[in-house]
Amino acid sequence: MLLVYCYFIQYLDIMPQLSTPQPLPPGPFLVNAFTASVQAGFPSPAEDHQVERIDLMHQLIKHPQATFMLRVSGQSMRDAGILDGSVVLVDKAIKPESGHIVIAVVDGDFTCKTLQTSPNSFRLVSANPDFADIVPTEGQTIEVWGVVVASIVQHGK
Amino acid sequence: MLALVDGNNFYCSCERVFQPRLKNRPVVVLSNNDGCAIARSDEAKALGIKMGTPWFKIRHLEEEAGLVAMSANFALYGDMSDRMMTLAAGLGHMQEVYSIDESFIDLSGIPGDLVRRARIIRRRIHQWIGIPTCIGIGPTKTLAKLANAIAKSAERKPGSYPAHHAQICHLGACSREELGQLLQATEVGDVWGVGPRIGAQLRAQGVHTALDLQRMNPAAAKAGWSVMLEKTVRELNGVPCIEFEDEPPAKQQIACTRSFGHPITELQDLQEAITEFACRAAEKLRRQNSHTVHIMAFIRTSPFREKDPQYSHSASIPLPSPTSDSAHITQAASAILKHIYRPGFKYAKAGVMLMDLQPATRRQLTLDLDAEMPENRVRLMQAMDEVNQRFGRGTLHLASAGTTGRHRAWAMKQERLSSGFTTDWTGLAVTF
Repeated sequence: MLLVYCYFIQYLDIMPQLSTPQPLPPGPFLVNAFTASVQAGFPSPAEDHQVERIDLMHQLIKHPQATFMLRVSGQSMRDAGILDGSVVLVDKAIKPESGHIVIAVVDGDFTCKTLQTSPNSFRLVSANPDFADIVPTEGQTIEVWGVVVASIVQHGK
Repeated sequence: MLALVDGNNFYCSCERVFQPRLKNRPVVVLSNNDGCAIARSDEAKALGIKMGTPWFKIRHLEEEAGLVAMSANFALYGDMSDRMMTLAAGLGHMQEVYSIDESFIDLSGIPGDLVRRARIIRRRIHQWIGIPTCIGIGPTKTLAKLANAIAKSAERKPGSYPAHHAQICHLGACSREELGQLLQATEVGDVWGVGPRIGAQLRAQGVHTALDLQRMNPAAAKAGWSVMLEKTVRELNGVPCIEFEDEPPAKQQIACTRSFGHPITELQDLQEAITEFACRAAEKLRRQNSHTVHIMAFIRTSPFREKDPQYSHSASIPLPSPTSDSAHITQAASAILKHIYRPGFKYAKAGVMLMDLQPATRRQLTLDLDAEMPENRVRLMQAMDEVNQRFGRGTLHLASAGTTGRHRAWAMKQERLSSGFTTDWTGLAVTF
């Protein structure tokens, strides 16, 4: 209890909204948890500017439940910056639209391509002239599995 | 109203999300040590494969019918379950996670068309994580569970129930007459909480369908069977008797038992296995913030290897004071093992069970002051759990569990294990 009391008094100095002394209730009471530790002496000048460190997952992933990672094999999307060995973040919650880079299922395999659709055509376009586009043949169904929202290339292994 | 959201053939569906080749093919998931089928795709069910069928009995279907068998990949199923539960929770205010693939949602106070709402959530789960589900809605848990079973059958077996109940079935919205027809079409053994044994007894008494059971006098159900069956009867009549538990109740017993990949004979190897099981159990114990005061361990040979000499023995010992310390629990389990071990047998299974659990907050005075769990031991265990959570199971373990590098004679057989598609950076699915 004594400890809480001391912290409370120290905080009065640096928190203007609490500068009027507050009577402490008798007996145990709850105080909000402070995010920074408080030391006797001068407060840290950074204290008022403290923010969360950048969280990469938070920046890149909009729908955490719907986002999965796949490993890319091959160079068919090279010119879009997706290289052999890259990891792509795939968001299944996003509705695929023409122009999106998507993961599609073709004959039971995943393939990463740019989706190009118009009212009467469907095409999966690679980003490398060495690879032909994929157009569904008569009776073939191609499922779009998810939309690629980011790709990760690790350097200097 | 309550809803039950349940993943269809959940383990098989999880495998299919990352292995699109498995779509439209018969798939089974095998239990630990690739023993028997614990999940079946619709196509596998159509081949007549029953739940729990041993793998060796259906193995021929690999060649004959293109059956695909996978070893259970619980790392994958756990993660997919977590994602599914989070989305299912959007259906209402409160959620009770009932099993890895089922959760009850409390819909009280939710305005508007519940079926429409359920449809949206179902579609979202399917699109976002690729798992098909069925949703049953009813005024009690038993009716929600029954609605779910109807939704599943109506989808999988056309004609079993009216087609408009497929995928989503809302018994609370049915007329009395329609509810009666649905209950009439349901065998009594398929009602939640009845089970095969009581089902047979009920049929012998002329109670054949869920409707017959609903019309039974609750007092007769109690007198003739049990309070549980009385509750089931009342629940079928729309009177809630089984409570909604948004927090799972602390377990009264924790067990970790496993069959070995290969029979083992040496005490040293059994020691490693028992240590591992004791540590797993202790970890679970700490997770629910309990202490144990009684430990049981057992070892046995395989009853299926009829020609081998058989041996099975277990023993239990009380602990001097309540604990959740891996080292103390392991020590006790090892002591039991040394006591029950006999050389010359091929052991197939072992296990550790923690009994007589109590909240960690309850303190018991003990004469043996050394046996108490001092603060630094508590922190050591916390650190161990955190390290293992962060860097993977088994990063930190007791030395008696053996080293992971060395071949563990007792390790599980998982010959058909898919990779940790969502849990292992080196095991991601590949796209071309």
